[in-house]
Amino acid sequence: MNILLFFVIIPILMIFFLWISKNRNQIRGIMVAGSSLLLILAGILTYLYLTQRAAGDTAEMLFRSDYSWYSSLNIKLSLGVDGISVAMLILSSIIVFTGTFASWQLENQTKEFFLWFCLLSLGVFGFFITIDLFTMFMFYEIALIPMYLLIGVWGSGKKEYAAMKLTLMLMGASAILIAGILGIYFASGATSMNILEIAKAGNIPHDAQLIFFPMTFLGFGVLGALFPFHTWSPDGHASAPTAVSMLHAGVLMKLGGYGCFRVAMYLMPQAANELGWIFLILTSISVIYGAFSAIVQTDLKYINAYSSVSHCGLVLFAILMMNQTAATGAVLQMLSHGLMTALFFALIGMIYGRTHTRDIRELSGLMKIMPFLSVCYVIAGLANLGLPGFSGFVAEMTIFVGSFQHTDIFHRVITIIATTSIVITAVYILRLIGRSFYGEVKNPEHLKLTDATWDERLSAIVLIIAIVALGVAPLWMNNMIGDSVLPIVKALVIK
Amino acid sequence: MDYSQFLYMKEEVSLIVVMAILFLYDLIASEKARKYFSVVACVLLGAHIIYNLIPTSTPGSAFGGMYYYTPMMTIIKSILTFGTLIVFMQADLWLKREDTKFKQGEFYFLILSTLLGMFFMIASGHFLMFFLGLEMASIPMSTLIAFDKYRHNSAEAGAKYILTAMFSSALLLFGLSFLYGACGTLYFEDIPALLTSGNYMQLAAFVFFIAGIGFKISIVPFHLWTADVYQGAPTPVTSYLSVISKGSAVFVLLTILMKVFAPMVTEWQNIIYGLIVITITIGNLFALRQKNMKRFLAFSSISQAGYILLGVIGGTAIGMASLVYYVLVYMVANLAIFGVISIIEQRTEKVSMDDYNGLYKTNPKLTFLTTLALFSLAGIPPFAGFFSKFFVFMAAFKSGFIVLVVIALLNTIISLYYYLLVVKAMYINKNDNPIEPIKTDCYTKISLTICLIGIIGLGIASIVYETITAFSYGM
Repeated sequence: MNILLFFVIIPILMIFFLWISKNRNQIRGIMVAGSSLLLILAGILTYLYLTQRAAGDTAEMLFRSDYSWYSSLNIKLSLGVDGISVAMLILSSIIVFTGTFASWQLENQTKEFFLWFCLLSLGVFGFFITIDLFTMFMFYEIALIPMYLLIGVWGSGKKEYAAMKLTLMLMGASAILIAGILGIYFASGATSMNILEIAKAGNIPHDAQLIFFPMTFLGFGVLGALFPFHTWSPDGHASAPTAVSMLHAGVLMKLGGYGCFRVAMYLMPQAANELGWIFLILTSISVIYGAFSAIVQTDLKYINAYSSVSHCGLVLFAILMMNQTAATGAVLQMLSHGLMTALFFALIGMIYGRTHTRDIRELSGLMKIMPFLSVCYVIAGLANLGLPGFSGFVAEMTIFVGSFQHTDIFHRVITIIATTSIVITAVYILRLIGRSFYGEVKNPEHLKLTDATWDERLSAIVLIIAIVALGVAPLWMNNMIGDSVLPIVKALVIK
Repeated sequence: MDYSQFLYMKEEVSLIVVMAILFLYDLIASEKARKYFSVVACVLLGAHIIYNLIPTSTPGSAFGGMYYYTPMMTIIKSILTFGTLIVFMQADLWLKREDTKFKQGEFYFLILSTLLGMFFMIASGHFLMFFLGLEMASIPMSTLIAFDKYRHNSAEAGAKYILTAMFSSALLLFGLSFLYGACGTLYFEDIPALLTSGNYMQLAAFVFFIAGIGFKISIVPFHLWTADVYQGAPTPVTSYLSVISKGSAVFVLLTILMKVFAPMVTEWQNIIYGLIVITITIGNLFALRQKNMKRFLAFSSISQAGYILLGVIGGTAIGMASLVYYVLVYMVANLAIFGVISIIEQRTEKVSMDDYNGLYKTNPKLTFLTTLALFSLAGIPPFAGFFSKFFVFMAAFKSGFIVLVVIALLNTIISLYYYLLVVKAMYINKNDNPIEPIKTDCYTKISLTICLIGIIGLGIASIVYETITAFSYGM
């Protein structure tokens, strides 16, 4: 049995056991057991992947297997991973694990919350392990719909509006995506929906590429917060409960970038080359606009959500640069942003749970009241603005070095513009930290608040360890990703 | 006469046997035995399904081409009978009420006679036969709709239905007379050779035909009766109307388009194209503002009819398989929702969407089932509706209707919005006076469990679709 199958089986089993669980302790037990298993599984998979690569297996995808599903429609459950998917699986399992602990204290309808949460993670894991267009898309949509109930029922603020907006925008994008996928399948004349086979045949006509590339790119791009379709993100993330924000900003937004790279660009290289500039401009706007918007926000979650728009914009920006360094940087940025933003949202959730406000004008001197949480927040902030030693530096450095390898004016100018986002990030992060975490405690009520509990500490520490590890020793990850983006980047070079 | 011809009519014959037994049971059963009427009806119909489950391998025709049999028909008829069985189970609670208790037998007999009509309609090889089947399916239907005759709404809906049904039959007959005038025959087999592309008389015949059948499927602009009738009819009848009656009409439309009007393919594709676009869009737009659950589902089912027609338009085998599959999946989901509405209506008399606010707090299981069914209707994986939607899109896309598919896809967003409104009402909206916890009876429980299994299993278990595909060659 293929090891990848466990990434789907474990969430399904979790859903089943949650369904029959009786009390909160059982629910917690199931979640901890399941998410730890997933984390261990991701570790084992990484080890196996690296040993197989070291043994000289140069196949594009490892752990390949096909299970026949709808054979009359050529739909198979095709499994396979390369370095990019392995990296994403590590990220997802870390975030599911920490998300479980971040929602440890949840009291309102715990069972249902985790039920939908597991369905969400099922979609995420399924998306990264399959390479069949249909199953990929199916898992993609499975990951989208639980968001509605998770935000609508357990969210805060204007949750009904946010939940509806997020769901409709993302499902709207996926509707366009269906057309794109069907277009790819029928235009290629392939006898399977397997991405590798379609890419190998590479016979999608030029005209069809010009129609279906924008559809597919846009379909995935909306989830990657592509300007001007990023508006679901701030509202959605601000209203979502902690664990959901973590998983959504941390992993789900990466589905967008991953899909753009693996499906849209890999399968339709000609159109990617011809139309890439349009999307490059849009993503640059995302990068800059997201950063500027974050400056003027006063809600902690909104600041982080706009910061996500900016950083996820960089992912799309980098893959559109279409060279190996930038693409590696893109995947590193996905990892790095996923970990950072999850840490941010976890900490914001914890702070909000105590102060009951996220308005930075009302928060001050938190460092004195809850030193652990505040220090973690500062670390996350520094990682976010790209301080060396943290993952953010590695990722952004790689992206900008890769982007600057282009010698033409357009790419150079747009790279320089995007680079300014680093400075702007520093502005909003440092301003926020200075205002809310340092200084005098203005609100005497806050003095009574306590610091983090063990579950919260665990969740934050795991994320910080991952961020630092990626920042200090990025080379093995860099190599693993770099090898795997190569086939896609090669396909993008027009002969 | 060769009596072996009757062997082709296995389904019809065994259905008539079931009807006869039920009729006799109604006549002779004592008061005590009548308590088990629902059991008898359900068991008999279940036995009928099992007896007819395996298709006879050879296609054939009987009575000089009046009656046709292909293995696909068995699948279609089994799906319809299966839906009827679920309706029977869900109707039990309603039938046990004081004012309907004494006419329980009539309900079963009338429903089965409409079903018989649909069987003949689907299997017909001649327009006369087709028309007889259609009428047999329509006229008892109006009595069923007016079954709660003391309720003003029900009687009014019955009258509305019979009037529109007669009008559409008249249109249909008018079309058939044109066709007879143009071709000189009404046999399905002979007509295609006599049709020519670009003949206006034949085109007029087709337009009248589609108007007549469009009434049954409730395609826009022939849908005006739908909302009122759905609202007025007793809920089990509404669910029967929205699923089985609609499904059978779609099947027969598909058969006739592919078999009879094949030479006029470009003409009818254009017409169906336009009908799909307005059906989906108008159905969706009207559903947005509905406050009554039954009216809401009426408009939702109108837009679903548009999606079903996406399987028709290509006129291909994959289109047919996806259409049959779509109807099956739609049936399971719709019956689940109607089952919930029905039991809530029986217990509390509440059908307004506002009454469903906060339902989750009091009835988590019913809410959960309704949510899954709504997700399935909206086409969200891993529920069956996603697969069926994807497959009809695939079929239409394969035949080159790319713009149409994109329009339909964009419409799924509107439909998702109004399905989510119901979900929102049940989970998120606050209500000071929610529906109290509802005790479901045994029949409803069984039927809803079957629906639940169908909603989750039909998509994941590819065998259902593969079986349908395997038999789609015959038509």
